[in-house]
Amino acid sequence: MKCTYSCNGAEHAMARRQFLAGIAASAGLGGLGVFTSPLAAEQLSSRRKRVVVFNMHGGLSQLESWDPKPGTETGGPFRSIETSVPGIRISELLPEVARQMHHLCLVRGVNTSEDDHGKGAYMMLTGRRQTPAADYPYLGAVCAKAMAPGDSPLPGHIVITPGGGGGRGADSAYLGPRYSSIALGNGKPPQNTTRPGQVTESIDSARNDFRKRVSDRFLSRRRTAVTEAYVYSYEQAAKLMSKRDAFDVSREPARDQDRYGKYDLARHCLLARRLLEQGATFVQVSHSNYDTHNENFNFHIEQLGEFDHAFATFVADLAERGMLDSTLIVVLSEFGRTPNINLYYGRDHWSRAWTVVMAGAKVQRGIAHGKTNAKGTEVVDGQVDHANLFHTYLQAVGVDSTDNFDVEGRDVPIADPASRLIKQVLS
Amino acid sequence: MTDSRAPVPAGFDPKQAHVTAQWRADAPLVCCRFEPKGRFVFCGLESAVVERFALADGKKVPFAGGHESWVFSLAFSHDGARTYTGGGDGRVTVWETASDAPRPVQKIEAHRGWVRAMSMSPDGAFLATGGNDRLVKIWHAATGSLARELKGHAGHVYSLEFSPDGKTLFSGDLMGVVNLWEVATGRLMGSLDAKALHTYEGGQQVDFGGVRGLAIAPDAKLIAAGGLHKASNPLGAVHEPLVLLFDGQSHKQTRTLLADAITGGVVWRLRFLADGSLMGACGGSNGGILLFWKTDADKDFHRFTLPNILRDMDLHPDGLRVATSHHDRHVRITRLGPKSA
Repeated sequence: MKCTYSCNGAEHAMARRQFLAGIAASAGLGGLGVFTSPLAAEQLSSRRKRVVVFNMHGGLSQLESWDPKPGTETGGPFRSIETSVPGIRISELLPEVARQMHHLCLVRGVNTSEDDHGKGAYMMLTGRRQTPAADYPYLGAVCAKAMAPGDSPLPGHIVITPGGGGGRGADSAYLGPRYSSIALGNGKPPQNTTRPGQVTESIDSARNDFRKRVSDRFLSRRRTAVTEAYVYSYEQAAKLMSKRDAFDVSREPARDQDRYGKYDLARHCLLARRLLEQGATFVQVSHSNYDTHNENFNFHIEQLGEFDHAFATFVADLAERGMLDSTLIVVLSEFGRTPNINLYYGRDHWSRAWTVVMAGAKVQRGIAHGKTNAKGTEVVDGQVDHANLFHTYLQAVGVDSTDNFDVEGRDVPIADPASRLIKQVLS
Repeated sequence: MTDSRAPVPAGFDPKQAHVTAQWRADAPLVCCRFEPKGRFVFCGLESAVVERFALADGKKVPFAGGHESWVFSLAFSHDGARTYTGGGDGRVTVWETASDAPRPVQKIEAHRGWVRAMSMSPDGAFLATGGNDRLVKIWHAATGSLARELKGHAGHVYSLEFSPDGKTLFSGDLMGVVNLWEVATGRLMGSLDAKALHTYEGGQQVDFGGVRGLAIAPDAKLIAAGGLHKASNPLGAVHEPLVLLFDGQSHKQTRTLLADAITGGVVWRLRFLADGSLMGACGGSNGGILLFWKTDADKDFHRFTLPNILRDMDLHPDGLRVATSHHDRHVRITRLGPKSA
C-alpha cells in the first residue's frame, strides 16, 4: 500500500513487488536451515507462538497516547486518565485501552535517534539501522522463518494494510521471498487465490497433475534448493487457495463484527484475530495516518477514536480466549512526535523520547518501563532503542535472538549482536 | 425584516487597518473575544488558564482554576457581567467578567469532549454550546441549567451563531453541514450544504476542514460559512481558505469567496462589518491575515497581514477594533481605520 505521509519520506516510495503472476513466485530461495542450533528449532515448533504488530503509520504521538504530560506546556489539551493498573495513566483518548492496561506493558523510554520516516520504519521493523552495505529481514519475515511450521497452509508473514491492493513485500532480505509479506489490501484476501472462472476444477486438476509428473521426472534427476523452492511454491499456493476462507472476515459471527465495529480498522483487527486463530504466525495491522504536522490534536481524536475501541476489543478477546500467553502484541510507529506544539497545532517528528507497547507471551503485564522527563523531551530512565526492542520481541515468543540463521551455510545473526533484550519487561 | 445594521463608525476604513496594541500572554493563544461592554479582551491559551487584558492599559489578569484543559470558546452575558469559558475538558465555567481576583462561579459539565463553540442568544436568555460529542446544547444562561439537547450532527460541532432575531440557531460541523435549529422547540429546521469546506483525504484516511467560522449578517439576508478547501495534504497543512455565502431566506449558496495565493490558509472566524462587507481571520503558513470581501464579489478587496499566524478573531462592539489571537503568545488589537482618526 502506498502510505501517504504529510512529509515525503522514503517509506512513501517503497515499491511493493507484484505477486509474480499468482502465488507461484512465493517460493523460498533463501536458507533451507533455520537456526544454527537444532534444539531451538525443535523447541519452537512445539510451542506455536504468534506475533501481531500494530503499525501506527506516520508516527503516533506518545503525548496523546501512552505518555501524556497534561498541564505542561508540551502536554496539549488532553487529560490523562486512570487505567486498570493503579499508578499508570494514559491519554483520555484511550479510555477503552485504559481498561485493558493490566494486559499491557508500556516501554516509555524509547530513543531511536532517527526522525526520517523510511529509516525509522526500517529500524523499528528490522531492529537494525539501514546501511548501503546490508539489508535485513523485517520482523514478520524473521518470525515466519523462525516460528512458522513448515506445513502451515497460511503464509507466515501477513500484513493488513489500510487500503491499496495486495501483493508481496520486498521485506525478507536474505531469508528469501518465501518469507516476504503477503499484503491484504484493506483486509481483502490475497490476490490471485481464486481459480479463473474459465478453468474448471477438472481442468485445473489435470493441469496440476501434468505439472507434477513433469516436475517429479525432472526432480528425480536434478534436485536443488531452487527446484525444491519451485515445488514448494505450488504446494503453498494450493494450500492458500484451499484456505482462502481464512481471510474472509465476514465469516466471523455477526455479534463479533458488531462488537468490533463497522469501520476499516475494526474489521482489520477482527481479521487479525481470525488469522491468528487459523494458525497464522505473524500478522501486522497498519493504521494510517499519524504524521500530524498540522492539527495534531484533531487528527489524534479521529485516529485514536478508531484505534481505542478496535485495539481494546482485540486485546480483551485474546485474553478471554486464552491466546495472550502465546501471542505477542506490539504497538509501534517509526517514531514519536515532538513535545513542542508548532504553529499549526501540529507536532513534528521526535525519536528521542517515545513509547512502544507490548503485551502477551512472556511480556510482563501491567507495567510501565522507562520514564521521560516532565515535558517529555528526553528519556530519564530505562532508555532503549530499536535493537533492544527487536531482541525483546523475539525472546518474548521464545526465539533466541542471539542465535543465528543458517543462510545457505552461512551464520547470520537473527538480531543485532551488539544489542540485547530488555530483561525488565519479560517475565 | 428591518435593516438592523449598525451605523458605519467614524473613520472606518479597512484599507488603513493597523495594529494599535499587542499584549503578551503566558502561552500561545487559541481564541479571543471582546466582552460586550468593550472593556476587555479575553484569551484562551495553550494552557488551562484564560487571560483577560484591559483595553485601556493592557493589564493582564489570569482566570485560573476553571479548567483542566485548553479553553477553546468564550461567551458573555448580555450585560457583560458574566464570562463563560468552554474547555477541552468538556466543561463550561462561569466567571465574573470584571473581577480583580476571578474565581469560578459555576462549573457546568457540558459535553463529552471539547466545547469547541459557544454563542449567546441576542436576548441573553440562552447560551448555546457545541462539542466533540456532536451535540449542540442550549442552556439557560442565568442558571446554567440545560434547556435543550440537539442531536443531528455527524461530526464535531465547530461553530455556532444565533440569528439576529434569536429564533434560529446555526451550528456548523466538521463534515461541512450547517444545521438550523428552532430555538423555541429544538426542532431541526433544515441545513445548509457547506460540504465544500470538508475534505476526506483517502491516502491519509482523515476527515478535515469543516465549518470553522459562521457569521450571520445583521439583517439576516446573508449567512457566511468559512474554513478551507483544496486540502491536498491535510496532515501537512496544504490547503487554501474558502468562504461560502448563502442566501438568508432560501438557504441556497449564492457565492464562493476566495483569497488567492494563501497556501496553508484556513478561515477561523468571520464577522460582518458595519458597511456590509465581510471580514475573515485567516491563519496558515502565510501568517495571519485579515481578509475583506464585498459580498457581491468573489475575490477579497483587501487583506491586512499581521506579524504572526493567527488562530481566532473578534470584532469590538465599536465596529472599529479587531482582536486577533496569535501563536507567538500575543493578542493584537487592530484598528480598521487610519492612524490619525
